[in-house]
Amino acid sequence: MSETFPVLSVLTWLPAGVAALIALVRLGFSGPAFDAGVKAATLMTTLATFALSLFVLAGYDQTAGGFQFVEAFSWFGAIQYKLGVDGLSVALVVLTTFLVPLCIIASLRAVTERVSAYMIAFLLLETLMIGVFCALDLVLFYLFFEGGLIPMFLIIGIWGGKNRIYAAFKFFLYTLLGSLLMLVAVIVMYVQTGTTDIVALQTAEFAPGLQTWLWLAFAASFAVKLPMFPVHTWLPDAHVEAPTAGSVILAGVLLKMGGYGFLRFSLPMFPDASVLFQPAMLALSVVAIVYASLVAFRQTDMKKLIAYSSVAHMGFVTLGIFSFTVEGLQGAVFQMISHGVISSALFLIVGVVYDRMHTREIAAYGGLVHRMPVYAAMFMVFSMANVGLPGTSGFVGEFMTLAGGFQASTLAAVGATLGVIFSAVYMLTLYRRTVFGELNPAVAGIQDVSAREVAVLAPLVVLTLLLGVAPGPVLALSQPLADTLAAQFAGLTP
Amino acid sequence: MDLIASFQTAAPEAIAIGFALLGVLAGAILGDRASDLITRAAVLALAGAGVASLAGMWGGRVEAFGGVYVATDLLRVIKGVVYFLAAGALAMGLGFLRSERLLRYEYALLVVLATAGAGVMLSASDLTVFYLGLELLSISSYVLAAFNRDSQRSAEAGLKYFVLGALASGLMLYGMSLIYGFAGSTDFEAIAAADASTGLMFGVVLLVCGLAFKASAAPFHMWVPDVYQGAPSAVVAFFATAPKVAAVMVFAGLMLGPFQSKAALWQDVVAIIAAASMVVGALGALTQNNVKRLLAYSSVANVGFALIGVAAASSQGYRAALIYMMIYGLTSLGLFAAVLSMRRSDGMVETMADLGGLARTRPGFAVAISALLLSVGGIPPLFGFLGKWVVFEAGLTSGLTWLVLVGAVAAVVSLGYYLRLLKTIWIDPTAHTFERAPAGVTLALSGTAVVAVAGLAVLAGPITRLGGQLLP
Repeated sequence: MSETFPVLSVLTWLPAGVAALIALVRLGFSGPAFDAGVKAATLMTTLATFALSLFVLAGYDQTAGGFQFVEAFSWFGAIQYKLGVDGLSVALVVLTTFLVPLCIIASLRAVTERVSAYMIAFLLLETLMIGVFCALDLVLFYLFFEGGLIPMFLIIGIWGGKNRIYAAFKFFLYTLLGSLLMLVAVIVMYVQTGTTDIVALQTAEFAPGLQTWLWLAFAASFAVKLPMFPVHTWLPDAHVEAPTAGSVILAGVLLKMGGYGFLRFSLPMFPDASVLFQPAMLALSVVAIVYASLVAFRQTDMKKLIAYSSVAHMGFVTLGIFSFTVEGLQGAVFQMISHGVISSALFLIVGVVYDRMHTREIAAYGGLVHRMPVYAAMFMVFSMANVGLPGTSGFVGEFMTLAGGFQASTLAAVGATLGVIFSAVYMLTLYRRTVFGELNPAVAGIQDVSAREVAVLAPLVVLTLLLGVAPGPVLALSQPLADTLAAQFAGLTP
Repeated sequence: MDLIASFQTAAPEAIAIGFALLGVLAGAILGDRASDLITRAAVLALAGAGVASLAGMWGGRVEAFGGVYVATDLLRVIKGVVYFLAAGALAMGLGFLRSERLLRYEYALLVVLATAGAGVMLSASDLTVFYLGLELLSISSYVLAAFNRDSQRSAEAGLKYFVLGALASGLMLYGMSLIYGFAGSTDFEAIAAADASTGLMFGVVLLVCGLAFKASAAPFHMWVPDVYQGAPSAVVAFFATAPKVAAVMVFAGLMLGPFQSKAALWQDVVAIIAAASMVVGALGALTQNNVKRLLAYSSVANVGFALIGVAAASSQGYRAALIYMMIYGLTSLGLFAAVLSMRRSDGMVETMADLGGLARTRPGFAVAISALLLSVGGIPPLFGFLGKWVVFEAGLTSGLTWLVLVGAVAAVVSLGYYLRLLKTIWIDPTAHTFERAPAGVTLALSGTAVVAVAGLAVLAGPITRLGGQLLP
């Protein structure tokens, strides 16, 4: 591979470039044939992006560690256009590029209105998501982080469900308030140090008092994005109203940006403040896990149930991160990847029956196993993974974050372990009420999964099981970062 | 000989005023037949004045007319921008004026005179000359606001603007007389050297009030929504661009020029005006249904953001205000191009609901207007983000953390109505089909939209470097 080839820029901007082309051609053409062409072009682009990201993964030298494939150009002021990836970013980039083609396939038939606009929005969103994980300049990161709101707003607002306008506004304004506080903090950091280079800032030492404010401003943004209790209320609305593919991206990638932000910024840049807020963060993580699990149990809407389950599972991520231990940090990264796969899969699973019956009410289903055996089997795998059954990826993430959590606070870990039990309660109840039991007459004529749906779900089944039995490669990717952070905090925690 | 050199220094204003005088003659002889020709020539004259202003670049500071008039590289850039924005707004409005039967040659000449007034005001180095320029701009503007004589709303806009404007001018004049009395001179350099005193403080604060009125900053913003709504759209397109940029830059130029050494006298006042403008603009726009009124409140909020730069009372703040207003002027031109394209077969429309479902019928138009709105809202990765970034940076460097936080919250609130517009355009059912806009309007809309989208990537480096060179 050539040293000068800007592989990350190509990876980041390829989807946006194709989106621009589609937009230009759209000015001259329209019609069903054009829509089919747009779908094919989008699918091919996202697959090419996936292939390119695998190339980056393969080319990433784990023994050397650190940021690789770095590209840097001066932009304006001291601000740079700087891209680069470490193990954490590579893992999340590959997760993103893996999920987007699946979303496109899942949308091929579900989206019939304004197809080109939909595909353009998804391609732009992919560019912005990859950019978030690759950016090595704070301002550039902010641009990607914030820019992603616009396509997501339109995806929920145009192709969403009945109450989509409310959900889209809530999503946008909630996230924006957090982000603007982060922007103010970014500028303060720039004014203080004269640089926005993420690598340089990780060694910049801010005064403890200032750290507290900066930490809070960053946390405002990441906690909303993750989302943490008590700022999680936008998530169920957004998930329920978003189209299936939108939910997948939201749960699979956008939530991960919060965890990524804590790992990339809050911990290394504001260590004193992170230690200061450790008890609060651990407590909020446990509250999120227990409370969201209980709320999930009471839901009658399948998507809402999975949305609350997401809140609970992201609680494990923060629990792991704020344990400041190698196991906890590695577990948090693993949990992010694993949750990205499992929750995406669950939203797709709901999408399959929603496309047929146009309802997400649990009570409208029942006995699906009689009509959809393949579907029931796949649903089973993902339910078990969501519960954290050993052998699935969910187990590894939860186990490691709990192991880390125990070292930081026994109480927190005990509380979180309770959450694992609750998750079994709501997931098994959901599964029993929809798949088992008497066949609900309303779904008597339902068809099993089509080849296209299998093509979407099968890779997720494989990945769920593969990560469960062989978590090594992902753990190896996060090892250097976890080691560095744990060592940094070893001297700080009492 | 000195006089010729002076006129060379003041070439942009000389071109504009000379053209206006000739235009009056031509109009008087040829009558309304020549309106179209004179308007087109006026666009060229304004562009010519802009070129003349930029042609003197890197010539350093030159004084003219015995020191009451200066040209610096900074002013050359600002005046260049102002003249080009005026030319753009006039060219854009041509089709509108023709179809609304408002195309009279006086219109173009008033725009030229107003812009020349803005130029004089910017270049002034003496309070008297400054006031002359300001009044030339203001009086031409009053007439322009009432230009649609047959419309009650337009007449009301003109009258309201005139009465309140005259009051502001009076306040300012009183402030200037106090400044003259306590500083002992009307010359900017002498004022800069004078000692601060209570009397001077009164003068400065009154001056700030007058400037805030002209720049449409809260709490002197009451005229803005009514004038924006009542005046013909082509006129508002002009008001929202060239005079707005000139007013804010003159505000910055005065505060950070002759009164820089007395920042303690006015910094808090300007900071409060900035905060009030951002809040009033953001909250006021939330409930508007008329696009022009909404843009009026949005302009109040945006002036507030630019004034953060002035309140920073530093060269960095001046630079930030300059960059902010350059970007705002450009996107504002684009937004009014969009307003001018809102034409159905039975005439112009201007409520938000009329934009419903635009994305279905006119996707290109919808993308352009969305990009411009998000840019004005300061959402990355659009060009407007750079403006927010530089003013916030200047504010935080000067320790105005509270003001920046107010700005951040106001930005979230203002996103509420920009999003409402986006929702109308992209999600709501289709309301109307608009007629094709004149080529000039479409060009302005698409051109500014391209800049709004690509500006941050392409122009951010050059524009910040230019700012650094002009204001080291």
